[in-house]
Amino acid sequence: MQAVATVNPNQSALAPRLLIGVAVAVTLLIVVAPLAYIFARAFAEGWRVYAANLMHPATVHAIWLTSIVALIVVPINIAFGIAAAWAIARFRFWGRGILVTAIEIPFSISPIIAGICYLLLYGRQGLLGPWLQANDLQVMFALPGIVLVTMFVTAPFVAREVLPLMQAQGSEQEQAAVTLGASGWQVFTRVTLPNIRWALLYGAVLCTARAVGEFGGVSVVSGNIRGQTNTLPLHVELLFNDLNATGAFAAASVLTLLALVALVVKAALEARRGA
Amino acid sequence: MTAVAAPIRAKRVLPGFTLSLGTTLLYLTVIILIPVLALILKGAEIGPARFWAIVSAPRAVAAFQITLTAAAIATAFNAVYGLLMAWVLVRYDFPGKRLLDALMDIPFALPTAVAGLSLTALFSANGWIGAWLEPQGISVVYTIWGIALAMAFTSVPFVVRTVQPVLEDLDPALDQAARTLGASEVTIFTRVVFPQILPAWLAGCTIAFARSLGEFGAIVFIAGNLPFKTEIAALLAFIRLEEFDYNGAAAIALVLLFFALVLLVVSNRLQAWAARHRGA
Repeated sequence: MQAVATVNPNQSALAPRLLIGVAVAVTLLIVVAPLAYIFARAFAEGWRVYAANLMHPATVHAIWLTSIVALIVVPINIAFGIAAAWAIARFRFWGRGILVTAIEIPFSISPIIAGICYLLLYGRQGLLGPWLQANDLQVMFALPGIVLVTMFVTAPFVAREVLPLMQAQGSEQEQAAVTLGASGWQVFTRVTLPNIRWALLYGAVLCTARAVGEFGGVSVVSGNIRGQTNTLPLHVELLFNDLNATGAFAAASVLTLLALVALVVKAALEARRGA
Repeated sequence: MTAVAAPIRAKRVLPGFTLSLGTTLLYLTVIILIPVLALILKGAEIGPARFWAIVSAPRAVAAFQITLTAAAIATAFNAVYGLLMAWVLVRYDFPGKRLLDALMDIPFALPTAVAGLSLTALFSANGWIGAWLEPQGISVVYTIWGIALAMAFTSVPFVVRTVQPVLEDLDPALDQAARTLGASEVTIFTRVVFPQILPAWLAGCTIAFARSLGEFGAIVFIAGNLPFKTEIAALLAFIRLEEFDYNGAAAIALVLLFFALVLLVVSNRLQAWAARHRGA
């Protein structure tokens, strides 16, 4: 980000100061206060209670389940993102524009609708329900359902970071490599990957943050079975409904820390790209 | 993501066309298209008469009204606050500017359930802000204002991040010309700057509105979820599922899906307009 048209708040600078003041005040009230409050409440009863809350078996299980989901979803999403970006940025074919729009669909569909879609497909009364039951496969209210709906929600994350970059870079370098006799895999690992690595990493970080924090879609398909299909965001709600606010905030603080890490990585990557 | 035409001369010199396109199509079909199709098929199976009966039932109508009203309030707020943030972040230099900029990503990064939990506690009678508002007779939690607050929180970056790059690209010479000709700062903004950022601003507001209509995680905590009062459409669909009324859930979800797709088309048009505006 370059400051192209920055006006220094100079002589008659009452208006700028006022505008900056209002912007900062509103941000403090509706963005900073909720963020700070999470930690204030999580530690309200001291470090020991905080640690005990986090060590509670149900919370540990929720953290573990959420990590598993992210570990499955993020690598698949990276592979999909690269494949989509490669196909769209490097080739011309009919329906390319439609494909770009299709990848973005999950951004405009509410996660809760995504959850309902999956339930209508894989649930007991769903289209595939009878077949799944006959083969004794459990998708809904189990790990596969959570993974699938998380894949739906996070689908655009890597593709939308990598695609514009690959389009902007053009394919001269890759074509040169092919002409010089490089194999497809060599072109990808030696030419393409180094060029897109930061965008790829950024997309993966955003995808992880989203996968870990997904709530609406997962709450439809997980069935909220305590100690089994309760992901960390669902566990926050469960503790809140149990009137265990400190516990809920302790669990929420873990998710908040992850979100903050994602933002720090983002800032670091942007600084690197700017340099 | 507007397609920047990549200069590709020799089409099929590069390998991997079948593999990459095949993977992409398989993923999109299995993960996105078939599930969405399942919802649409379910809707078709319900039949128009029953579909209408479900979505025009008083409780459903109330839920749609509450959702639309709260989303409208949230978007109106963000239209002003988001524009102000974009303006301040692009046009002024001040200490802490980069931090303020980074803070605008918090609503994107923070899981919605965490945001909902924190906002609820913060604005309830014994929270930092609620303790100060409640004595004045202002209730936020368990009212439509709480729903609007949660929506505003989760959707404000869409306005800021859509307007910001357009504002950065504006030619400062136009401002200066207007200033030299004696225009006041207010006139410069309304006559020179605002018309240029209008398409992007409208696009950002449309995306924020769409996002607000579909928001769920942040709202279930703060809304109180009383039918006819603070029950949003997404939650009603969720409740219908829990009652195993799949038709009811599918019908409400389809209405929300319809809204989402219409708004997607509108925002795409607006963004195309904004892109032409910038290119001109």
